[in-house]
Amino acid sequence: MGRKLIICWLALIPGLASAAGGAGYLQPVDVDISNEAALQRGSKYFVNYCLGCHSAKYVRYNRLALDLGLTEEQLTDNLMFTGERPFDTMDISMPAQEAANWFGRTPPDLSLVARARGESWIYSFLKSFYLDPSKPTGANNLVLSGASMPHVLWELQGTQRAIFREEIDSEGNSHEVFDRFEIVSPGSMDATQYDTMVRDLVTFLSYIGEPVQLERRALGIKVILFLLVFLLFAILLKKEIWKDVH
Amino acid sequence: MSNSTHEAGAAVTGRQSGFYAWINKRFPLDRMLKEHVTEYYAPKNLNWWYVFGFLSMLVLVIQLVTGIFLTMSYKPAAADAFASVEYIMRDVEWGWLLRYMHSTGASLFFVVVYIHMFRALMYGSYRSPRELLWVFGMFIYLALSAEAFFGYLLPWGQMSYWGAQVIVSLAGAIPMVGESLVEWVRGDFFISDITLNRFFALHVIAVPLVLIGLVVVHILALHQVGSNNPDGVEIKEKKGPDGKPLDGVPFHPYDTAKDLVAMIVFLIVFSAIVFFAPEMGGYFLEHANFEPADPLKTPEHIAPVWYFTPFYAVLRAVPDKLGGVILMGGAMLILFFLPWLDRSPVKSLRYRGWMSKTALAAFVVSFVALGFLGTQPATGMYTILARVFTVIYFGYFLLMPLYTKYDAVKPVPERVSHHG
Repeated sequence: MGRKLIICWLALIPGLASAAGGAGYLQPVDVDISNEAALQRGSKYFVNYCLGCHSAKYVRYNRLALDLGLTEEQLTDNLMFTGERPFDTMDISMPAQEAANWFGRTPPDLSLVARARGESWIYSFLKSFYLDPSKPTGANNLVLSGASMPHVLWELQGTQRAIFREEIDSEGNSHEVFDRFEIVSPGSMDATQYDTMVRDLVTFLSYIGEPVQLERRALGIKVILFLLVFLLFAILLKKEIWKDVH
Repeated sequence: MSNSTHEAGAAVTGRQSGFYAWINKRFPLDRMLKEHVTEYYAPKNLNWWYVFGFLSMLVLVIQLVTGIFLTMSYKPAAADAFASVEYIMRDVEWGWLLRYMHSTGASLFFVVVYIHMFRALMYGSYRSPRELLWVFGMFIYLALSAEAFFGYLLPWGQMSYWGAQVIVSLAGAIPMVGESLVEWVRGDFFISDITLNRFFALHVIAVPLVLIGLVVVHILALHQVGSNNPDGVEIKEKKGPDGKPLDGVPFHPYDTAKDLVAMIVFLIVFSAIVFFAPEMGGYFLEHANFEPADPLKTPEHIAPVWYFTPFYAVLRAVPDKLGGVILMGGAMLILFFLPWLDRSPVKSLRYRGWMSKTALAAFVVSFVALGFLGTQPATGMYTILARVFTVIYFGYFLLMPLYTKYDAVKPVPERVSHHG
């Protein structure tokens, strides 16, 4: 989806969003967790940009390597930087209590964020940071107003300003609603590259939310096929047994 | 087969000989099999609505077996519970399958039990001589609800925690003893590690024992009076010269073959959910429950799992807390009195008039509508609708003595109608 399209689409939803109580501005996203390349890129972004502050404490490195098609060497060279062992989980050394003092709240563990918040939420969140000098981090977020997380990806996305406009609702009250984003300074990626990068991250977070997803679907097809064959025989058996009941 | 036709020392098989005979001399295996399986006569006109009792048993077994294995890796402590569930999901071999089977099984247990109960309403299966069978069944439903409620706290997610907090605090509405009662149930001043521990004990030992006992009693009562059927005709009243009901077929192999078909169809639905939609769009596994319990952070919207939402809607329809609790309890307990509220001369809806048919349809609509309303925020129009449907829900029961008495009925045939 191009940036213009997103902006047009966004412009249509503020009415809906404010009706939903401010938790709106979600842009639906569809990710494919069977895309191994996207998962590998997502894992790289995750360890480089997220894992400093956010843990993924239920995710084991070697399981990750196995599912992402990486050798142990590739794993240790590209994803493990601080002397963990392959069977360790993706923990961080930042003390939770001090993190809460620094940021206002402890950055949450991200193992299950895709299941708790949803893929579209993360996708929209990572694309909705905008400049707001009134905030200690200098940035606010459209999806999570007053987010304590700074815009850590600003070097890639660049910085943007949110333009709001006045709107009068049916009861005559005026509301400030989001209109569009305006680029202030470009980042090292263009809009399309950044969008792909965020998608890769979401794909990775979806995978770590439930690593067994692909295996579960593949097994499900086999189980249901077996049951369908079994059903055929069971129906024939039932007919045979009941044929003399009138 | 008789032994006398065999030479001494020859290998003999069959029911009267060898190991089987040895067992039967010491344990009534053969007699029990005959009484409950091969010579238990069920009406031949039972339709597909009648498979849900068997399916409930199947789900019970699934829950018991998967539950035992989950217990081996689950840790009932506030500090470890959430992580141990993720450990099961990620590190335990086939743990994810066990967990999804158990969570899907919990919801499908209520699906099959609600259909099973609806069938009883439709064909008057609670009518004499099956009052006690119905009452035992209602106790099973209450035990099942308790089992589901205790079990839902165990994953120790946000919704587990706050759902339990809301439901337990309902007891606080009781005058005088309310608050002390709530503390006694929780074992603490809030839902805590202590509460989790005792809910675990209740979920894995106490309630399952009661449940299994009740299921045995329910089946014994059923086999004492015999199964009802869509015509509401007592097949025991028309017996052949051999003393067997003319309209009956032995449970095995007839109904077992039928139940086998039902079992596989059920397992296909079950597998479709387990393997392709274990969260069922947030209805079977709620999104908020993927965040660990946080006593300091109340979720925006607390709703129980779907199978309790009809009663939750009744609770919220009443502006007064105590009144709401009483009405919610009443909505469950009033079902116990069904056998004595129904005054119709016939059992089955097939031979009843428009009043009974309309009443049952209105009841089903109100139950489903309340179920939906229970998942939504209780505001404005939704509250008004919840009140309307609560009135219809209770009207079905409270007006039953009247509309069943004055409703026109059709003649019931002597024998069951069966189109083989």
